[in-house]
Amino acid sequence: MKCSYNWLKEYVNLDGVSPKELAHALTMSGSKVETVTELGADIQKVVAGKVLSIEKHPDADRLFVCSVDVGDGAPRQIITGATNVFAGAVVPAALDGALLPGGKKIKTGKMRGLESQGMLCSGEELGLDEHDQPGAGADGILILGDGFTVGADIVEALMLRDTVLEFEITNNRPDCLSVIGLARETAATLRTPPVGCTDTLLKEEGKKASLTEGGGREAAEGSSPRITDYLTVTVEDTVLCPRYSARMVNNIQIQPSPMWMRRRLRSCGIRPINNIVDVTNYVMLELGQPMHAFDYACVQDKQLVIRAARPGETLETLDGKARALEPSMLVIADAHNATAVAGVMGGAASEITETTTTIVFESANFNGSSVRKTALSLAMRTDASSRFEKGLDPAATLPALERACALLNELGAGTPIPGVIDCGIPPEEPVAVQFTEKQINEHLGVTISNVNELLESLGFTVKDGAAVVPSWRRDVSIWQDLAEEAARLFGYDNIPSTLPPSKNQGWLTREQSLQAQLHELCVSLGFYEMLTYSFIGRRQHDAAPDGNCGCETEAMVLRNPLGEEHSIMRTSLLPSMLEVLTRNHSARNPEAHLYEISAVYIKQGGQLPLESKRLILGGYGGGMDYFCLKGAVESLISRFCRKEASFSRDNGKHSFHPGRCAGVSIGGRTLGMIGELHPSLGLPKNAAVCELDADILLELAQPDAVFAPLPRCPAITRDLALVCPKDTAAAELLAVIRKTGGSLLEDCVLFDVFEKLNSLAYRLIFRAPDRTLTDEEADGAISQLLKKLKEELGVTIRT
Amino acid sequence: MLRENLEELRRKALEAVGNAKDAASLENIRVWLLGKKGELTSVLKQMGTLSAEERPAAGALANEVRAAIEAALEEASARINQSEMAARLDAETIDVTLPGKTFRTGRRHPMQAVLDDVVKIFLGMGFTVAEGPEVETTYYCFDALNIEPNHPARDPQDTFYFDDDTILRTQTSSVQIRIMEQRDAALNGAPGARDVGLPIRIISPGKTFRKDEIDATHSPLFHQIECLAVDKGLTMADLKGALQTMMTGLYGLDVKLRFRPHHFPYTEPSAEVDLQCFACRGEGCRMCKNEGWIEMLGSGMVHPAVLDRCNIDSSVYSGFAFGVGIERLTMMRYKINDLRLLYENDVRFLRQF
Repeated sequence: MKCSYNWLKEYVNLDGVSPKELAHALTMSGSKVETVTELGADIQKVVAGKVLSIEKHPDADRLFVCSVDVGDGAPRQIITGATNVFAGAVVPAALDGALLPGGKKIKTGKMRGLESQGMLCSGEELGLDEHDQPGAGADGILILGDGFTVGADIVEALMLRDTVLEFEITNNRPDCLSVIGLARETAATLRTPPVGCTDTLLKEEGKKASLTEGGGREAAEGSSPRITDYLTVTVEDTVLCPRYSARMVNNIQIQPSPMWMRRRLRSCGIRPINNIVDVTNYVMLELGQPMHAFDYACVQDKQLVIRAARPGETLETLDGKARALEPSMLVIADAHNATAVAGVMGGAASEITETTTTIVFESANFNGSSVRKTALSLAMRTDASSRFEKGLDPAATLPALERACALLNELGAGTPIPGVIDCGIPPEEPVAVQFTEKQINEHLGVTISNVNELLESLGFTVKDGAAVVPSWRRDVSIWQDLAEEAARLFGYDNIPSTLPPSKNQGWLTREQSLQAQLHELCVSLGFYEMLTYSFIGRRQHDAAPDGNCGCETEAMVLRNPLGEEHSIMRTSLLPSMLEVLTRNHSARNPEAHLYEISAVYIKQGGQLPLESKRLILGGYGGGMDYFCLKGAVESLISRFCRKEASFSRDNGKHSFHPGRCAGVSIGGRTLGMIGELHPSLGLPKNAAVCELDADILLELAQPDAVFAPLPRCPAITRDLALVCPKDTAAAELLAVIRKTGGSLLEDCVLFDVFEKLNSLAYRLIFRAPDRTLTDEEADGAISQLLKKLKEELGVTIRT
Repeated sequence: MLRENLEELRRKALEAVGNAKDAASLENIRVWLLGKKGELTSVLKQMGTLSAEERPAAGALANEVRAAIEAALEEASARINQSEMAARLDAETIDVTLPGKTFRTGRRHPMQAVLDDVVKIFLGMGFTVAEGPEVETTYYCFDALNIEPNHPARDPQDTFYFDDDTILRTQTSSVQIRIMEQRDAALNGAPGARDVGLPIRIISPGKTFRKDEIDATHSPLFHQIECLAVDKGLTMADLKGALQTMMTGLYGLDVKLRFRPHHFPYTEPSAEVDLQCFACRGEGCRMCKNEGWIEMLGSGMVHPAVLDRCNIDSSVYSGFAFGVGIERLTMMRYKINDLRLLYENDVRFLRQF
């Protein structure tokens, strides 16, 4: 909501309060000011000048030399190329040193040998169009016409100086989408009474109006005819249209509205059109009540019906577009056709034109959510609909009508026809909210001693321990709402900061602290944590291995994704890892080692999916390959679970290299997959990824170690170089060595691989806990071992 | 004769030892002089030719020469050791300004680092950490939070839907309801036990989703930390204190907060909280869009309708709540100017934290 400082000043005494100070004060009392824009500041040293004489430039065909009186007794010689200037014309003259919108500076200079002491300005050069100022759209210089004092600063003469405050108004305060509403807030914030009191006046008038269907109120004595002789109004749906008020005006003279009105509309971001349309917009801005004007000549059979749109009904709206209406939409119709979409936009057929002589002013209250839905499905959010959708004050319809008629009178644009039509359901009784000052102060943690006074400054009436809520504050219904009203005027910043007393200590659950340890482990192994989106595209999803660590799953699919590439909730972190690795590779990063612990989403029986935590580690470069990553995973699992992980060959799916992929498990429980990535993915050679089920890891975690005594007796070490038959897995070999070595075999370490010979070299360490082993014992164990290896796997010692 | 020979040997020996350049040649000299078949032994063989009167003097001289040779050898050995060590040290000298060997260490994501700090701050204030689902029902995300059926927040332009009732949560506030309901479920309808499970004091960090196109300040997925405290006598002043503590913990003692009235359906009163711009100290600059303050979070006193819906008596209990975006906290802390960097996971970015 944009609001003019000058306009606001008509309702509130702003003496000594600069726009910036006002902006700050209102921001802190709840009407946040987003921007403060000074209008007219970009035009300097431009005055109304009178052209005394005009001659052709002696040395240029298309230039004219003017002598211009700028009010200081020293006429300037100004050269112009415009052809519409004539002697006697009053025009904007930019003097030497002038500033124009867009930062353009004007200086005295020579044009084809003759000095030009300034510039005559077009409307466009002053930032004005034909709607802002008649003549501004002309091809040439803006001819100002009568009523301008020669020498007057053009900014003042054209009423261009103002400051515009742009507010962010919260959804609960549609009353502040109006100058009057902001004036109330301003007055309460600055602790100054509102002046002008249009507010109070209009409220009184609204009360006087009766609420009988088709009824009316005498505006002028005696003289007939009345509005009811011209028009009937029928509201078919009082839920979607709780109130519909109308007045009529005849003898309409379509003209541009006066300058002050045009400027105010413009400063609030609305384009002036003509006096009738401008008045409806002016009243909407001033009072917050959207209005509409129909051309009475286009209302067939003298009747307006507020009804649901008929199936298949269409309407050409004011913006010239044909709209297909639906029965859920409310329309204003005459006897035959829809003439407006209620609360959104009028129809082109009943638009005010140059030939309009009689109009119907509509001032109605429509159901907010209905207007919102209609505007949404027709994709036309208007100034009117954005106000209606927040729920407006039903009591505001009549004051707005009165204000509009008064303005038309003032403008001499028409004669109001006596009487008002006012249909709908009677307004609700005012709400009274019970409260105590103590209650409010205890809620806020501060002592505000003048709660009643603060509430009354906002239009509440406090009596008998209750606050009667003004009709425009439909957002207030409980004492906590009153607490906010008091607090924001008292100043949130004046409420102290206290620490809430606590009887308990904070702690992390076992699972939370374990997860923190898992993060630490991944970081200590050299991986950077990444964070990625939870939704992926279909192609990515299909390329991932089965989401649920081997089980077939069905993914959750978004109905309204941002795009196809963000449409499926991931069932695996692998696609995200691939994307991040690829991005790093594309950025020519020589290496990237990354991990993430995040949820995947597995569809299950109930409404919500299973959100299962996964850990993914992956990388390329910096020595990364299957064994590098496997080492990291082994290290992680042995430290986190204090158990050894098993790796069993898996031919991999989709993204994995079929010859370099394994399933990971602990004690028979499947944890996930590890492998190098398929060469077709275009990542650097040996890029590898491992995805594990973090929920299972957390379940198997063994955070507490049990101390093992350090050995006191010496060990005996033997190295064995073994030759294996083709396709013998090292894990099988190790299993036989471990089993046969028994309790004396303390450790067995692979220290060399000769792939050509299919040979593996192990260092075996034998130790007894209680005595020094003899060479004979060690030799015996070795020969037993070689025998078993030969028997079970056909493995021999290398000679 | 023997006497001359001994003197001659002393002279030769001292000269040879003095000329020895390394340990090996010194050892050769030692053997040549003092070995079993060495020079001294062969000279002493002439002792037999001396008379008994001459022998004591000759013997004394022989001992003196032996002692001199041994002393010279020892001295030479020390000299040679020293110079050999000096040579070795010299040979082993390196350019200490060459770079160290790479020792790869990982990093937490900057947002996780900030989140960890926030968690620590709130643990210190007696809060625990709660979690809730990211795929959520409209009941927990909207209905129970007093958000009307026609509220724009529910629009499919803003919220991701799976079906009419299932969405990606738009805020972590849904966890508030789940926590309060868990308490209520634990009561199992037991009469007169409405205080069980209270007070509540939780924070809940997590992923949230809104249908925003990706740009420098928006992302369809972002992270929030929700805070909820419910107790007897909690006040808005307590809310301010908790937030001040958090921001001071994150940004230091000179941090300045500003509380502005705002509107949320699930709090009353409601406040938005701004942080004074670090760059300009409130004067207004490019970083804060000339406002001097940067909007950080929404907060307020829990709306009584929300408490009552969770079977907590709002005439006895009150609560405060807030939700803060971790992205914004992080960007402020590290002066990151583009939100997209947080989700691109470029290692050149990640390694900076």
